[in-house]
Amino acid sequence: MTDRFVSRGFVGKRREGSAAPNRVPPGQHEVKDFPVLSAGPTPRVRLDQWSFSIEGLVRQKARWTWQEFLQLPAQPFVVDIHCVTKWTKLDTRWLGVSVDTLFEHVELDPRAQFVTAFAQGGYTTNLPLPDILNGRAFVAYQYDGQPLAPEHGGPARLVVPNLYLWKSAKWVSGLRLMDKDRSGFWESLGYNNHGDPFKEERYTGD
Amino acid sequence: MNRPIQWQIATVAAIKPETAHVKTFSLALPDWSAHRAGQHYDVRLTAADGYQAQRSYSIASAPERAGQVDLTVERIEDGEVSSYLHDVLVPGDKLEVRGPIGGYFVWEARQGGPLLLIAGGSGVVPLMAMLRHRAAAAAKVPARLLYSARAWDDVIYRDELAQLGAAGSGLEVAYTLTRSQPPGWQGYARRLDNAMLAEVAAPLRGAPQVFICGPTLLVEAAANGLVQVGVPSKQIRTERFGPSGGSA
Repeated sequence: MTDRFVSRGFVGKRREGSAAPNRVPPGQHEVKDFPVLSAGPTPRVRLDQWSFSIEGLVRQKARWTWQEFLQLPAQPFVVDIHCVTKWTKLDTRWLGVSVDTLFEHVELDPRAQFVTAFAQGGYTTNLPLPDILNGRAFVAYQYDGQPLAPEHGGPARLVVPNLYLWKSAKWVSGLRLMDKDRSGFWESLGYNNHGDPFKEERYTGD
Repeated sequence: MNRPIQWQIATVAAIKPETAHVKTFSLALPDWSAHRAGQHYDVRLTAADGYQAQRSYSIASAPERAGQVDLTVERIEDGEVSSYLHDVLVPGDKLEVRGPIGGYFVWEARQGGPLLLIAGGSGVVPLMAMLRHRAAAAAKVPARLLYSARAWDDVIYRDELAQLGAAGSGLEVAYTLTRSQPPGWQGYARRLDNAMLAEVAAPLRGAPQVFICGPTLLVEAAANGLVQVGVPSKQIRTERFGPSGGSA
């Protein structure tokens, strides 16, 4: 029934000349600016107190200080990002370390199937392990050639462009590998457990 | 608990102009469920050829009103959905919506207080739902609203806020008008700053539950400022929209 519904008199603003309309997922619209959304105050993280850890189902934990993290091989990447609040931003330019590179420093327990990304301020989000492997996820610390601003998650944030942006934890401070899935912050508050924008997995049960 | 939130076809029961750029749309819902103040609905428009656009809009009404919700929407210049709602929609029209959505930026009377609400522009909408709920539930929770707008004529819900904040209500409303002020204006007349936040928060005893909604710059200033004047981060909940963030 709802598929046949037509809004009387609605034409819409088509994306004339849009480079690739099929890069904008259903229900999303393209923006040129970079909106900020977060649940609370922006944490201010001092670089001399910053660290990033990999823990949980790994043979030995790994932990990097800011200086150590900057020594890791970083790569530029250009991705489209999709926020569940309906905006999509195309061709965003980042510099960061791929999660694959980070995992070269630990030995994953074969039971590890899920990941919780945790962040300064207590934020968490959960992801299936395959969604962050093989070039699908980065810990980024530059945006558009500049150090990542605090309101956008600086000093460093997770970037997982294949999923809605709440999965790309701002102020990320580590990854915990687990054998079972465990809902994170928004996933416990009505948002979808997986969050694939092209399947429009916005809310619980979508 | 994994039942999806279904799309449904609401009927526009009434449209009320609030300011020159803001209207409230009262929607009658066939599948109404009580929301929590602060939640939103998604609106989906579909053109004859199948083209669709979606946006989220905060609920303005209290959950105590069964069968209907009010969505208060600011008309954004070039806004694809808000301009349709403002320029095309008339009472009796159908509108496809789903909700209520959101589980963090919410306040229910049983959460207690005191309550400190900070609004920038149309960011007042979800906070108004909280104040209407507070009144409908006859909650005695002390509450303060600090509302930043450009000019007096841009203030949404002006008359109702005056009634809600009447003597003995336990609610006090403070305004700051950042661009222009009417003659004899006695409220604040500057952008929100720490001194203003401290003054507004001071009479609330105990650490308040804080809800801040507005444009990013205001939310950043308010949230960071409150942390600086000693409000614990965990007590502060924010909802932000950039120029094209959540509310176009």
